[in-house]
Amino acid sequence: MVALLWTLALLDAAVLAYFLIRSLVNGRGPVRWLRENVILIIAVLSFEYLLLPNIVVVLFSFNQPNGRFNYTWTRFSLHAWQHPCDAAGMCSSLGLSLKIGLVATLAATVLGTLIAFALGRHRFRGRASTNLLIFMPMATPEVVMGSSLLTLFLSLKIPLGTTAILIAHVMFCLSFVVVTVKARIASMDPRLEQAAADLYATETQAFLRVTLPLVAPGIAAGALLAFSLSFDDYIITNFNATTGSITFPMYIWGAAQRGTPVQINVIGTLMFVIAVLAVLVGQTLGRRRRV
Amino acid sequence: MSAPAPDTVAGLPGGAGPPVAETPRSHRGRWTPYLLLFPGVAWLLVFFVVPMAFLASQSLQQGSIETGYSVTWHIQTYGDALSAYSSQFIRSLVYAATATGLALLIGYPLAYAIAFKVGRWKNVLLVLVIAPFFTSFLIRTLAWQTILSTQGPVYSIVNHTGLLAVLKWVHLVNSDQLLSTPFAVIMGLTYNFLPFMTLPLYASLERIDMRLLEAGNDLYASPFTAFRKVTWPLSMPGVVAGTLLTFIPAAGDYINSKLLGNPDTTMIGQVIDGEFLRVLDYPTAAALSFTLMVTIVIIVVAYIRRAGTEELV
Repeated sequence: MVALLWTLALLDAAVLAYFLIRSLVNGRGPVRWLRENVILIIAVLSFEYLLLPNIVVVLFSFNQPNGRFNYTWTRFSLHAWQHPCDAAGMCSSLGLSLKIGLVATLAATVLGTLIAFALGRHRFRGRASTNLLIFMPMATPEVVMGSSLLTLFLSLKIPLGTTAILIAHVMFCLSFVVVTVKARIASMDPRLEQAAADLYATETQAFLRVTLPLVAPGIAAGALLAFSLSFDDYIITNFNATTGSITFPMYIWGAAQRGTPVQINVIGTLMFVIAVLAVLVGQTLGRRRRV
Repeated sequence: MSAPAPDTVAGLPGGAGPPVAETPRSHRGRWTPYLLLFPGVAWLLVFFVVPMAFLASQSLQQGSIETGYSVTWHIQTYGDALSAYSSQFIRSLVYAATATGLALLIGYPLAYAIAFKVGRWKNVLLVLVIAPFFTSFLIRTLAWQTILSTQGPVYSIVNHTGLLAVLKWVHLVNSDQLLSTPFAVIMGLTYNFLPFMTLPLYASLERIDMRLLEAGNDLYASPFTAFRKVTWPLSMPGVVAGTLLTFIPAAGDYINSKLLGNPDTTMIGQVIDGEFLRVLDYPTAAALSFTLMVTIVIIVVAYIRRAGTEELV
């Protein structure tokens, strides 16, 4: 670990030195080079700041720590990768999070897309207040949403647990789906639909064969966003959960107090790799279609 | 499928999305929009707006879990709660504001570089900005415990360059370590919400017409003047959206202060969580939570007025 960070720091210094020396050699001067590239230097350092924790997570999935906490590098081991479910309770919490994530994503995507079409395609009374209602959950700290839902459930004697968590997740994912899909609808060329109408497509045909395929990337992006928000949520979930509904983030929170199994890092690494691949594949496919 | 990147953010508050295109097909019957809205809006009303009312009502009740609660309009709960936890409350706002300022300082050059300086690497770098999201928030925050530990190079660099002394002097570090200090908490908040700052900034920078900058150049503006008079004002919607998207979650967050801080860095979210789930003092917890909500709304409204961006969503 220490070696990794030193390597990174030395690498930065080496790259910087290379460019400075090159600027000396071709006679343009290091000061000028620095002035021209200061933004790029800040950007590179920012990327290191953003990605350093991910690198640490990946590396420490191959660690075999001495104590209960996986914070210092001890020795290389594949144990956690070979036995990912050895950490008691982790895989069931992961399963619950995936289940909640999928159901909440499905519900939020359907409800959010309907709202996005209403806002993007219709003029009606109450539009401004609807926009405000969509905006508010995004401008509310999670701890307020979580605690207010808790008072609702407690007052009405609605039991906490998986259903309560699902209700909460659909609620806070909804707005993000609406803005994502709405942005896509707003950026669409309305002439394409007019063209469909000119070519004698019925409204239903035009919607299914022109509008929906055009909006689909927005819906997919909204769904992806909803899933990652739901899957990663700790604060709101914690207010509405019981000991019988431990989600993956709640499991990690508990582990941070009791001892962090290496398997957490295995899951973190897998999530990272799968998601980045999915995005890259999606972008490649999208580009091909556009051409 | 594409990354939930710039498109998403363009629609967020302050994002300068184009006005909604009204198509000729928007007259399909008066009730259609309401039918489309109904399920989602009903969900938000029942599970977002109504709970706020319950929260407000809970804060004005007295009683206990055993005997039940009744509304007594006991306003004093607010006074007691706020005087007991004023330091946590103020600390949350100060930490969140500091983290937002830092995120703007880091995020602006980053977004600027992605928008104008990297050419065809743009999409790859955008993915890299979002990529950290895909590993759980909590796992990444735990990784900072490793990075900032006293055995690591970050600590030795900070220690040997005398930065540690500076951090101590401004009371961001109060012992001989980086972990469990205000510094670590603010650093963690900045890190965790940096993408929320960078993406809206990128979305508004990317939309800037480069010919405006060339015109500035032609009129003998120095690069700095051109930035101050053209780029910065045009990126204002991104600045407003980015600062709000960073400040609001940071003010309510307590994961960073719990995992990277110490008992003296407790933020208000942690207090609300504890009062609700451990102390079980619902009226106090509800009063704190409601005050946080009202404070945030006031700050947001004042800020949007000041920044001159009336356009919300």
